[in-house]
Amino acid sequence: MSLRIVVCVKYVPDATGDRHFADDLTVDRDDVDGLLSELDEYAVEQALQIADEADDAEITVLTVGPEDAKDALRKALSMGADKAVHVEDDDLHGSDVMATSLVLAKAIEKTGYDLVIAGMASTDGGMGVLPAILAERLGVPQVTLLSEVSVEGGVVKGRRDGDTASELLEASLPAVVSVTDQSGEARYPSFKGIMAAKKKPVESLDLDDLDIDADEVGLEGSWTKVDSATERPARTAGTIVKDEGEGGKQLAEFLAGQKFI
Amino acid sequence: MAEVLVYVDHVDGAVRKPTLELLTLARRVGEPVAVALGSGAEATAAVLAEHGAVKVLTADAPEFADYLVVPKVDALQAAYDAVSPAAVLVPSSAEGKEIAARLAVRIGSGIITDAVDLEAGDEGPVATQAVFAASYTTKSRVSKGTPVITVKPNSAPVEAAPAAGAVEALAVSFGEKSTGTKVVSRTPRESTGRPELTEAAIVVSGGRGVNGAENFHVIEELADSLGAAVGASRAAVDAGWYPHSNQVGQTGKSVSPQLYIASGISGAIQHRAGMQTSKTIVAINKDAEAPIFDLVDYGVVGDLFAVVPQLTEEVKARKG
Repeated sequence: MSLRIVVCVKYVPDATGDRHFADDLTVDRDDVDGLLSELDEYAVEQALQIADEADDAEITVLTVGPEDAKDALRKALSMGADKAVHVEDDDLHGSDVMATSLVLAKAIEKTGYDLVIAGMASTDGGMGVLPAILAERLGVPQVTLLSEVSVEGGVVKGRRDGDTASELLEASLPAVVSVTDQSGEARYPSFKGIMAAKKKPVESLDLDDLDIDADEVGLEGSWTKVDSATERPARTAGTIVKDEGEGGKQLAEFLAGQKFI
Repeated sequence: MAEVLVYVDHVDGAVRKPTLELLTLARRVGEPVAVALGSGAEATAAVLAEHGAVKVLTADAPEFADYLVVPKVDALQAAYDAVSPAAVLVPSSAEGKEIAARLAVRIGSGIITDAVDLEAGDEGPVATQAVFAASYTTKSRVSKGTPVITVKPNSAPVEAAPAAGAVEALAVSFGEKSTGTKVVSRTPRESTGRPELTEAAIVVSGGRGVNGAENFHVIEELADSLGAAVGASRAAVDAGWYPHSNQVGQTGKSVSPQLYIASGISGAIQHRAGMQTSKTIVAINKDAEAPIFDLVDYGVVGDLFAVVPQLTEEVKARKG
């Protein structure tokens, strides 16, 4: 039987660009280019490797986001995912993690799955809680923050490197997995992959398709509210000296003045 | 006054510093009721009471160690049901955030992670966060359910505030889902004897400029002279010069020490995301154009292999 893998990806503003908030205190997407969150590339990569090891597997890449978020799906398809699902609805604008996870969980259930894979965190919100929330919502085991992952005989195994210990974990499918940037370098799409991606199916879903009310999501329906966002003032220019043989001593003098020594 | 649940991060009864900081913040929004789980839970009571816990709810069972995260969520939910708190606060560790998030789903509440400050507001606690690589500061609150908030280390001072801290056993019944993810084995991280990276008051980090694992002792010696933790940039970790557990940055650890010393680190956005909220920032780099110098309070343009050992000697001499 085919192993059904759903990879959750996010379309995020480029972290190397100048990111800002819009007037409604949501992320300003007009000011900076968007792309597939770098940490989700590791999730796509692990999905591809797990699919390679399986007799028969199908990878669906899933995102919730505006029209442009199709770019993130295309990137994942060009890496080798088989098909894509795009949940897009004007009422989703401003959804927080609880609202977004509700939509993802419904879309995952609708798509059908044995394994859900996500990155360890997004590179914009960076909360790192979505995979655990999905596991809770779907009622399946979470096998999260893995630096190594494998699937065999309906069991997912992985290594989780925590603050105080490294753990080997194991759970039966279906399950939710998240992987860290230590799981293995993500492949670059080949020219052939990029061409093939253009022909792969992208299914569009809206809130009606998922049986979700507009007031459960979006800015107003979210579980949290941002009251203010203030740009951090530029640091006042520090003292910069050129080392001419006494740089270490001068630095020690500075640290002593600040009472660090 | 309303009660506030505080999830206790401890290792065999030794309470980790971020939990004590959390008690300082919890007292601003209510009366802290601590929840300590697993081996040594009862041993945490004295230090929690000293820092303001009016009550300490404890539970131990093999499930907490043998299965991932969910048994702890079951226990925190039992505490939530017993107390009906005004808020639930959890330290922002990887596991802490997952526990908080799953609890939030169960109790129908919103969640805020990685707060760097917390204050009481008219509509519940208001959390301050540093976002977009700390280029913005936001103030947010939970608008549905009981606020569940995780707080980063070094967000508040540890303050003594003696309270009753009466220990009560917490009755926990584990759901069938709690044994879904088995911990097959656990290898404790070897202690370096240095402070934990996210908790340290001073962090000394090395990057590409360290140019090899064999040179990292230069960074370690400076760290040891200052009683600091050692960090590394992604470039240094990806090159295999230093363990990933010491990586500072977007995909590693986020630190906010009193003093951050970056050596041989250019200051790419990935790294800045993990250290930009440090109180005082110092950099040593050969390249005068390195973006890290835009962030510094004090920078030395020079060879780290000349500057860092000289600084180490000077620190040792001044400390006698």
